[in-house]
Amino acid sequence: MTKSKSWLSLSGIGVFAVLLLAVAPLMLTDHWLNNLGKYCCWAIAAVGIGLAWGRGGMLVMGQGVFFALGAYSMAMHLTLETAGDRIPGFMVLYDPLAPLPMFWEPFRSATFTLLAIVLLPVIVAGILGYALFKRRVKGAYFAILTQALAVALAVLISSTIRETGGDTGLSDFKYFFGFVLNDPANKAMVYFIAAALLIVCLLAVWQLYRSRFGELLVATRDAEERVRFLGYDPANVKLVAFIVSALMASIGGALFVPIVGIITPAEIGAAASILMIAGVAFGGRASLFGPALGAMAVGWGQSSLGSTWPEGWTYILGLLFIVVVLFLPNGLSSLPARLAAARRKPDVQPTPVIVAAELEEVRS
Amino acid sequence: MTDASLVVTDLRVEFSGFVAVGGVSFDAHPGEVRFLIGPNGAGKTTCIDAITGLSKGTGSARLGEKELLGKQVHKIVRLGVGRTFQTASVFDELTVLQNLDIAAGRHRSPISLLRARRGVDPSIEQALEETGLSGELATQAGILSHGQKQWLEIAMLLVQDAKVLLLDEPVAGMSHDERTATGELLQRIAAKRIVLVVEHDMDFMRRFATRVTVLHQGKVLSQGSVAEVQADPKVQEVYLGTAGAATTAAMSVVPEPVAATKNRTED
Repeated sequence: MTKSKSWLSLSGIGVFAVLLLAVAPLMLTDHWLNNLGKYCCWAIAAVGIGLAWGRGGMLVMGQGVFFALGAYSMAMHLTLETAGDRIPGFMVLYDPLAPLPMFWEPFRSATFTLLAIVLLPVIVAGILGYALFKRRVKGAYFAILTQALAVALAVLISSTIRETGGDTGLSDFKYFFGFVLNDPANKAMVYFIAAALLIVCLLAVWQLYRSRFGELLVATRDAEERVRFLGYDPANVKLVAFIVSALMASIGGALFVPIVGIITPAEIGAAASILMIAGVAFGGRASLFGPALGAMAVGWGQSSLGSTWPEGWTYILGLLFIVVVLFLPNGLSSLPARLAAARRKPDVQPTPVIVAAELEEVRS
Repeated sequence: MTDASLVVTDLRVEFSGFVAVGGVSFDAHPGEVRFLIGPNGAGKTTCIDAITGLSKGTGSARLGEKELLGKQVHKIVRLGVGRTFQTASVFDELTVLQNLDIAAGRHRSPISLLRARRGVDPSIEQALEETGLSGELATQAGILSHGQKQWLEIAMLLVQDAKVLLLDEPVAGMSHDERTATGELLQRIAAKRIVLVVEHDMDFMRRFATRVTVLHQGKVLSQGSVAEVQADPKVQEVYLGTAGAATTAAMSVVPEPVAATKNRTED
């Protein structure tokens, strides 16, 4: 990234921050502000996917796993906070005499919950990534493996109704670290936290992209063998990007819970994980803003069209996805550059370089 | 830079029963441009693959006191062994400067990786000058000409501070002038480093080789100076099919169209 372009991106983040933190709260109703908060949560996860997939070439199809780690950590804490000294209501329903499951106990502590939201994804992604990247698992195999994990986790949660709420999920949270969630002011506060964290994540990724690590990550994506022959272990480079993306998914999940008020396996399973990817592909996976804006657009489509015309929405989403992949393989954010290029040289098609590199990877 | 030599002794590489390299020994010293030649399938590239850890080999390949065989690829690189591939493999989406910066970066601390680059490393400027790429600093590597890409690869080896440069067909597909420039470049950098070149181009070999090893079917056929090798009847037989025709001029062109497209990721 050239210097001027890099600073232009930074001012872009500034504009985005003003829109999210100042303009949106003034313009939107409470209902839509809450919805925007939900899109911010998906966008935070999407920024991480952009890092891992767009820049790192790792098709992370199971970010729902890390989304779940954050979401369920938060949901368990809020459930316990709401229940007070008693056992959470849904547990009593299945077995009135059984005690609180062991793994719930530490989530009474707010500090532990916050630490868990940060450390759990780092540990899980660290172990998983180390095992996969050191063995040089990549391409389609990596994608399928991560996807399978998301499915497995969703099934596990569904089948442990008493411990996790099963398919019904965890809901009816009354308090958020002492704040009453029903109060619109507190709802707005949660929105501000989500929007601010989205900006923080964008800033983090901005710095990563302009750093030497960012260049090394792109190099690893495009020619992993070559990086090895420069004396680096590409596994370590990918591991860092994978862990950061897992952390972002977890943060997104954690804020999703107080904003939406419910978390179920459907929000973290295969379909949800793919929807996260779809937003990133739609916006442009390798760009700075593409993943976040794409995820927000898909989120908005889902809550507006998805609720008024649910049977049509799936088709529209599918169609959009096909059109983008066919005609704009680098997402909507590549549109301005392509239009500019088309104006300069009308007969020269810019080659979708990233796609070629990725096919290479899937083949090897 | 180093007085250590690369000494390969009785190197064997097998691919599920097929002996690609069957007991090859040679050495290379700083100050000479060492050539490894031979017809298709002679095991030249496989030798390099084994030395750099890409293929499993038995026997020994030592750089000074250090054994290379059996180590991981990136650890062999860290001992100072660098290589290029038959097809130029630079990072197409990054600029020349970014390519070189990554090559120069293996000594950097992880924390410094998180910062953006400020200025150009002196070693990078030197390598750019050496390879004549100074004007292409900000060019995307993907749009460089074929010859420039090969030079960029050599420049990457220079900034990476490689003691041993293993070059796999560095002049394939180059114009005559580019070949001459590459040959002169190799002679310059060989003054302080070990340079081992795998080549098919006999003309290029004759002009720039100090010592030559001829491989044939995984074994050393002949070894010595260019004149000695060319006078060797065994070499003439391999290259010409008949022992009678002693005119070495016929050796000048050995067409080998397959070589350029041969796969390079054999792991």
